[in-house]
Amino acid sequence: MTVTEQGLLEREKDSMTLNMGPQHPSTHGVFRVVLEMDGELVDSAEPHIGFLHTGIEKTSEAKRYVHVIPMTDRLDYLSPPGNNLAFCLTVEKLLQTDVPERAKFLRVIMCELARMASHLVWLATHALDIGAMTVFLYCWREREMILDLNEEISGVRMMTSYIRLGGVAKDSTPGWLQSVHNFIEYFPAKIDEYERLLTHNPIWLDRTQNIGVMSREEAINWSMSGPVLRASGVNWDLRKQRPYSGYENFEFEVPTGKNGDIYDRYLVRVAELRQSHEIVKQALKKLPTGPYKVDDNKISLPNRKTLKSSMEALIHHFKLVSEGVSVPKGETYVPVEGPRGEVGFYIVSDGSNVPSRVKLRAPSFMAIPGMCKMMEGCFIADVVGIIGSIDIVMGEVDR
Amino acid sequence: MIDDVIDFFEPYTYLIIGSVKAFVIAGALLGIVPALVWLERRLMGRFQVRLGPNRVGPFGLGQPISDSIKLLFKESIIQSSADKFLFHLAPAIVVFTAIVTFAVIPFGEPVKVFGQEIGLWVANVNIGLLFVFAISGMGVYGMVLAGLSSNNKYSLMGGLRSSAQMISYELTLGLAALSIVVLTGSLSLIDMVNSQDSYPNILIQPLAFLLFFIAGIAETNRAPFDLPEAEQELVAGFHTEYTGMKFAMFFMGEYINMVTMSALVTLLFLGGWNSYGVPAWPIVAFSGKVLFLLCVFIWLRSTYPRIRYDRLMTFGWKVLVPISLLNLLVTSVLVVL
Repeated sequence: MTVTEQGLLEREKDSMTLNMGPQHPSTHGVFRVVLEMDGELVDSAEPHIGFLHTGIEKTSEAKRYVHVIPMTDRLDYLSPPGNNLAFCLTVEKLLQTDVPERAKFLRVIMCELARMASHLVWLATHALDIGAMTVFLYCWREREMILDLNEEISGVRMMTSYIRLGGVAKDSTPGWLQSVHNFIEYFPAKIDEYERLLTHNPIWLDRTQNIGVMSREEAINWSMSGPVLRASGVNWDLRKQRPYSGYENFEFEVPTGKNGDIYDRYLVRVAELRQSHEIVKQALKKLPTGPYKVDDNKISLPNRKTLKSSMEALIHHFKLVSEGVSVPKGETYVPVEGPRGEVGFYIVSDGSNVPSRVKLRAPSFMAIPGMCKMMEGCFIADVVGIIGSIDIVMGEVDR
Repeated sequence: MIDDVIDFFEPYTYLIIGSVKAFVIAGALLGIVPALVWLERRLMGRFQVRLGPNRVGPFGLGQPISDSIKLLFKESIIQSSADKFLFHLAPAIVVFTAIVTFAVIPFGEPVKVFGQEIGLWVANVNIGLLFVFAISGMGVYGMVLAGLSSNNKYSLMGGLRSSAQMISYELTLGLAALSIVVLTGSLSLIDMVNSQDSYPNILIQPLAFLLFFIAGIAETNRAPFDLPEAEQELVAGFHTEYTGMKFAMFFMGEYINMVTMSALVTLLFLGGWNSYGVPAWPIVAFSGKVLFLLCVFIWLRSTYPRIRYDRLMTFGWKVLVPISLLNLLVTSVLVVL
C-alpha cells in the first residue's frame, strides 16, 4: 500500500475522514457529506451541495410566467403540484386575482395526493435505508396508483404542471373523481399494513428512538419546517396557521411529536398520510360545481368555441399565447405547506411578462445545516437514518 | 483379467470413494448456490408483492445461470492502490472455508453400493463439531483481508465489523452447541443425530436452539445482522471494490455458509435425517428440514430492518452470551444429576 501525505496527516489526528456521496446508495440523490469519524462515531459532518445544479431560478428570469410552471415541477420532484401551487399563488397575488372555488378544491386534491405520494417515497426509502426492504415495495405499490391518477387527469405521471395561473389545466372528469374515490377507500388499510411492519418492530424502535434528536427550541432556531418541526413539538402547519387555497374549509388535525427524534418524525409523517387522506375525502364530498379557471382572458385562455365567433376572444388568445401574462410591478412571497415543509417563491416583477427575479425558499435546503448538527456524535448507521428522516430532495436544494 | 484390475485397486478403494464423494459434494454445493439465489429472489419477490425473476427459462430458473455467465465474463478490476496478493486471496479463503466446513456434515445413514458401505459424508471425524467451528472461524480472515486489501474506507469498516461480529457470535454459537455436546457426550455429528432417534433436541433444548439459530444468522452475515455489507451505510462493505467472479465468490461463500448453518441446526436440534414416523427417505427428511430453515433465513431478511453495530455487540455480549452460559450450566447440572 502506498503511504500518502494525506494518510500520514490522518494518522496524526487519529480520526478518519469518510466521504459519503455524491455517489452513495442512501444520500437521497447527490448529497455529499464529509464525515470526520472516530471509529464508528461521527465527530463532525460537513455538507457539500451543488451536484444537481439546474439553474432553474436563473432560467426563470428568461421565461414567461407560464413557462416557469413546468420548471417548478422539477424542483421538488416528489411533489410537483405543491411547487406549482406555491408559484401560482404568488403570481396570482401579484395579479390580484382570485381563482374559482372548484379550482381551489381540485388544487387541494392534487396537492394532498402529491403529499401522500411524497410521504410514500419517503417511507419507502427511509425504511430501506434502515434495512427494511419489504416496506419499500409496499409503498411503491400505492405510489404507483397515485401516479396513475396524475396521468389520468394531466397526462403526465410525475411532472403534472396541472396547477396553472388562474386555475387548473383541465376540469376533472367524473371518471377521475371515481378513481380518486376508489383509491381513498383502499388506502387506509394499506397505511395499517406499513405500520404493522414498523411501528412496534423492536429493531425499528431501536434504530429510530432517541436518535437525531432536535428539541423544540433547536428546531425553531435551525429554521426547520414541516414534519421535522412538528415532530419536535411545534404545532405549526401553514395549512392551519395561514390557510391558502381554501384549506380553511377542511377539518383535519396537525399531528405533532414530543421528542423530535427519528421515530417521532416517522409517526408524524404516517399520521399526515391519514390526514391527507381525510382532506381528499372531504374535498371529494364538497367539490363545488362551476368554472375551473378564472374568467379573465388576460390570465387564462378563452374558451376554444368562442374563438370562431368572437374577435375579442381571438385577440386575447393570440396575445396570451404569443406574449403571456403581464404581471403588475411589485414583489411578494406566498408560502405553502409542502410535504417537506414551507415552500414559497419570492417573485419580483418589473411589470413585464417575464419575472425579474424568482427565489425559492426550499425546505430541504434550509434543513441541511440542522441535519448535519444532528449527525454529530451519532453512529455512521444513524447518519443514513437522519438523512432519511429529514427527507431531503436534492432537486430543490441545488436549484 | 478383471479380477486383476480389482485386485490392483483393492487397497485404494477408500481413497477412490473418498475422492468421488468429495468431488460430488463440493460440486453439489456449488450447484446449490445458483438454485438458492433463484429461490431467494423468487421468494423475496412473493413477500414483496412482485414477481421476481421470470424471464429466463421456465419460472426464471435460467436467471442464476445467465447471471453467473455475466459475472464470469466481467472485467476483473483491481484498483492500483490495492494489495494485490491479499486482494486475490480473500475471496478464495471465503469459498475454501465454506466448502471445507461441509466435509464433516453427514446427511443420511450409510448406504450400500456394490457391496461397499458408503457413508453419506466426506469425512466421519469424531470431533466433527469442533472441526466445523475451527474452519468456519477461519472464514472471517477472508472478510477482514478483503476489507484491508481494498484500501477503501468503507471496505475497511465492513471488514472490521465482520471480524468483531463473527468473534462475538461464535462464542454464543459454541456455547449453545456445547449444551448438545453435554447431552450427547460426543463431538461427532453422526452420534448426535443417532442420539435423537426418539425425539429431536429442540424439544428439550428450545433455548439453545433459539440461541444457536440467532447466532447462526449473525455468523453467516444475513439480515438482520448483515452489518458487514450494510449497503445503505457502507455501500457494499468489505466487497465494495470487488468485481466479476471474485465478487461472486463472496456470494458463493455466503450462500454455502447459509446451507452449512441450516444443516448444522438440523443435525443438532431437528434430529438430522430422523423423520419421526413420517415416511420419507433419510436424505429427503434431512433436505426438507434444511430447505425449511433456508426459507426462514429468507423470510427474516424480507421482514426485519438491520440492527445497529453497537446494538449488535451489546445484544451479543450482554444478552446472548449470559443466557447461553446459564443454559449450559443448567443443562450440565441436569445431566450430572
